[in-house]
Amino acid sequence: MNAPEPRDGREGVTLQGVRYSYEAMQMVFDLRLAAGSVTAVLGPSGAGKSTLLNLVAGFDRPDAGTIAILGRDMAGVPPGARPVTSVFQEGNLFPHLPVWRNVALGITRRRRLGPEESRRLDEALSRVGLTALRQRLPSELSGGERQRVALARALVRQRPVLLLDEPFAALDPGLRARMLDLVFALQAERDLTVLLVSHQPGELMGRGIDVIFLDEGEVLYHGPMAALRRSAAAPAVARYLGD
Amino acid sequence: MAFGAQPLTLPTWRSRWAGTIPGLAVIALLLAVLAAGLWALLSVATPARTLRLDAYVGGVVAFSLLQGTLSAVLSVGLAVPVARALFRRGDFPLRTLLVRLMGLPMVVPTIVGVIAIVVLFGRQGWLNQAWGALGLGGRIDIYGLHGILLAHLFFNLPFAARLILSGLATIPQAQWRQASQLGLSGWQVLRWIEYPVLREVIPGILGIVFLLCFTSFAIVLALGGGPPNATLEVAIYQALRFEFDVTRAALLAGIQLLLCLGAYAAILALGRPVESDLAATAAVRRPDADAITARIVDTVAIGLALLLLLGPLLALASRIAGGPLVDVLASGDLWAATARSLAVGTAAGLLSLVAGWGILTAARALRQVHGRPGLARAAELAGSMILVVPPMVLGAGLFLAVRGWIDPFAAGLLLVVLVNAGMGLPFMIRILGPALDRAGRRYGRLSESLGLRRWHRLVYADWPEVRASAGLALALVICLSFGDFGVIALFGSSDTATLPFLLYERMGAYRMDEAAVIAGWLLALCVLLFVAVERLVGGRERA
Amino acid sequence: MSKRTTTALTSAALLATTGLAAAPAVAADLTIYTYSSFVSEWGPGPAIEGGFEQRCGCDIEFVSADDGVAILSRLRLEGASSPADVVLGLDTNLIAEAVAEGVVVPHGLDTGGYDLPVAWTDPHFVPFDWGYFAFVYDTQAIAEPPGSLRALVEDSEAEILIQDPRTSTPGLGLLLWMRAVFGDEAEAMWAELAPRIVTVTSGWSEAYGLFLEGEAPMVLSYTTSPAYHRIAEDTDRYEAAVFEEGHYLQIEVAGIAATADDVDLAREFLAYLTGPEAQSAIPTTNWMYPVVMPEGGLPDGFDAPPETPSLLMEPETVRDNRGIWVDEWLSALSR
Repeated sequence: MNAPEPRDGREGVTLQGVRYSYEAMQMVFDLRLAAGSVTAVLGPSGAGKSTLLNLVAGFDRPDAGTIAILGRDMAGVPPGARPVTSVFQEGNLFPHLPVWRNVALGITRRRRLGPEESRRLDEALSRVGLTALRQRLPSELSGGERQRVALARALVRQRPVLLLDEPFAALDPGLRARMLDLVFALQAERDLTVLLVSHQPGELMGRGIDVIFLDEGEVLYHGPMAALRRSAAAPAVARYLGD
Repeated sequence: MAFGAQPLTLPTWRSRWAGTIPGLAVIALLLAVLAAGLWALLSVATPARTLRLDAYVGGVVAFSLLQGTLSAVLSVGLAVPVARALFRRGDFPLRTLLVRLMGLPMVVPTIVGVIAIVVLFGRQGWLNQAWGALGLGGRIDIYGLHGILLAHLFFNLPFAARLILSGLATIPQAQWRQASQLGLSGWQVLRWIEYPVLREVIPGILGIVFLLCFTSFAIVLALGGGPPNATLEVAIYQALRFEFDVTRAALLAGIQLLLCLGAYAAILALGRPVESDLAATAAVRRPDADAITARIVDTVAIGLALLLLLGPLLALASRIAGGPLVDVLASGDLWAATARSLAVGTAAGLLSLVAGWGILTAARALRQVHGRPGLARAAELAGSMILVVPPMVLGAGLFLAVRGWIDPFAAGLLLVVLVNAGMGLPFMIRILGPALDRAGRRYGRLSESLGLRRWHRLVYADWPEVRASAGLALALVICLSFGDFGVIALFGSSDTATLPFLLYERMGAYRMDEAAVIAGWLLALCVLLFVAVERLVGGRERA
Repeated sequence: MSKRTTTALTSAALLATTGLAAAPAVAADLTIYTYSSFVSEWGPGPAIEGGFEQRCGCDIEFVSADDGVAILSRLRLEGASSPADVVLGLDTNLIAEAVAEGVVVPHGLDTGGYDLPVAWTDPHFVPFDWGYFAFVYDTQAIAEPPGSLRALVEDSEAEILIQDPRTSTPGLGLLLWMRAVFGDEAEAMWAELAPRIVTVTSGWSEAYGLFLEGEAPMVLSYTTSPAYHRIAEDTDRYEAAVFEEGHYLQIEVAGIAATADDVDLAREFLAYLTGPEAQSAIPTTNWMYPVVMPEGGLPDGFDAPPETPSLLMEPETVRDNRGIWVDEWLSALSR
């Protein structure tokens, strides 16, 4: 396992000695992700990819070990209080609230927005190109538009870590590519630390990102995507990719 | 990075378990109330008589078991051909209406059903008059086992038929296509396709119907006809109200508790049949549907079911039409009783909803957040505990517990609310539970990641998803409580009469015409209330 | 949002109504516990209430139970917080038990001068009417009624309607009647009679109502019941069967409740109840013999009591054995 040095010395997400058992599988994570990095999480089904994200987000608690984000220990911190925004494959929006309200929930729980908060809201909506649809209900939006709303909410929350669990799996390939572009753009603008679970390794190639390869709860590789196939994990990767 | 303002650490235990505290508090309260009631009953027991298991007690137990078993077997047994007929006649024009109609007895208060049956089958009822007019000797004896069975059939046959229909609807389409291809006859379809499903589903249904009939109160009280024909519930009521023999009541209550626990455990083991949305059952093309015998059998089954369902109600309607409508509807007693019933019903329903919500959110948190499904199940079971505790016993015990402090018969109504709310809990849990679980699975993580806590979570995540089910459950509990004749019989009096109590009083004084009008009024209000609450609370979308 | 507010307000209003509905009504000056047929429109209640309220200028309230025995049970259930001031409708069979439980206080009235078959000396209760239990039958259904209690049980095939001895004084009366006539053989006789009992009601009025509707040709009632049909309905259709062993005597009584707020007012009521005005109303409203014969005697159509023996048990005997005998009755019927 090759854990890369943090690019500029800033700690992003660190899992130290983390153990988690899920059904018959024992997972062990010792990872250090640099702040501002983009890391894809790949692996066969049931390997523990979503679990990794759940641990970082705080939905699951590790049996042992520590998880630190930006240098602060996250033990006992509920998901809502962590410097993390999660975007799921679906169910990111409340169906009875219009787009702007869904996004506004990332700012405040109150009904009314102050002037500063309204500005942030408008900014986020325009960044993802949804200004015209702000009054629509989720049921009136397409899949891509819904995920853009989720991204808008991630923007207004201004949390430094973004966790994406196969968010674009249900979209057509062309749309997927455009969404990924958007994510990368946002990441660059805001210097976000991104963890992205994906089942489409192909579209992640050539972007210069890191990858974590999981198989049966074990991290087989953690490093630049380009070096994945040449690594010690190559046989498992080959199996996964079906070469 | 504008991040520093957010608090990073919160005490672990508060954040983890906060969601479960309201629910656990409700359960603790429930158990405390149950315990207080039972303890009060036991501690006041006067040594009036020795705890003899004499012929009377034996007779009561035997009769309870007998009528319960017979009712269950008859109801379910006769429901099978009806369900099969409904299922087979997929193209029957009024099918959806019929299936909906089968849900009607659930909304009819037991005491109304009783009087409808008396009007139809009683000695002076339609049938016997028609029988006599035809010159045939003998008549149906409504008081005693026959009457009780008839009443139980009226309430439980449609219910069982719906459950069986649900079961039949789970047969995969592929099997029907096979049957068509092979051209199977009616018997073959029954044996190879329907029977396996029926065999799985029927024991559970039998168990539920048995439990319902075993703990039957209003029906047995009104139609029993005397001490030998009493169920345990009625015997407890008579021991308390007639003689204030607390020892005997406690003995009977203990026996009832044990038997109910056994029956309930059996039901759990056999698996509960689930009632799905029957109106959506797609009609299947069946090879055996066109045979002459099939048509005849189905027509007869559906015809008899309709007769059983509508006959008593029509008889009641006709009796009302000729009755003292204006007098009764103008009487102050009626309006006072109506107001009381409304108050009791609404209070019980709301209390049940709040308590049920607490328990269910706690169970959900246990299941989805803390990963303890066993505890979650235990919490839900605790909420359904009331199914095994005789309401009569609970009511009496609570009454005794508070009697020193509050005027007993005025407190009676409050206790009725409490007991009815408890009785509504199993319905809440059964109807609201799955909906809340769904909402939790869909938006649980989202709520957590946005830091939405109790109130906001309720408003944004849970209520919109759950609203329709909540409306249905609330409507059901309010309706049941509105038309309930159980605990009110124990400490009701003319001053605190609810509508069912008023009805029973009129029946007792044998003022049948007045009773019929009150019954019609009660039924109409019940239906109205049900529809209104379901619409108002549940919103337009169907569950 | 307004819809939500409306719902909330409506719920609050409905909840408040519970509180109001549950609150007891404004207390009357005198609360009288009695049985339901006493306070019905055609019973003595309205006349007596009107008459006494005029005299005392106060407000009376009747609270009704199914029948006599149920009154006692209810008082037991309520205990010291009972609002009862007067207890009206028990009979001699229950006197000892009621006194033993401290349900009443002595009335202090003079008890000489009652027109009763027996002398009255009880300090706790005053009698207000009396009669003999009898089986009333429909002459159109039964041509030849049984001539004795034994004949009713052993020979007759007629179905009967009776009351529950746990709630009803006639029901209890029949129980004691069987005891008085058959002694220890009573339980066996009940077992033999059981199959012909159509139903056991909790009060007299229900059983009688069923009888009039034709549910059975015979009902346990009083020798004076046919007088009602003769006088008010002008028909001879219903008659009382006369039994040669004798009929059980019922003397209905009233007393001052131990929980009475105003004992003097209660005593005044009892005096009124046994006075000429109330007593003259009794025969044609409660259809029993009065304890103070009105001027002009009984109305036409009212028979004199039957000339068979008058059966009555000591209240103390009843008190000691009621529980056991009721249990035997329950067992006999359950076989």
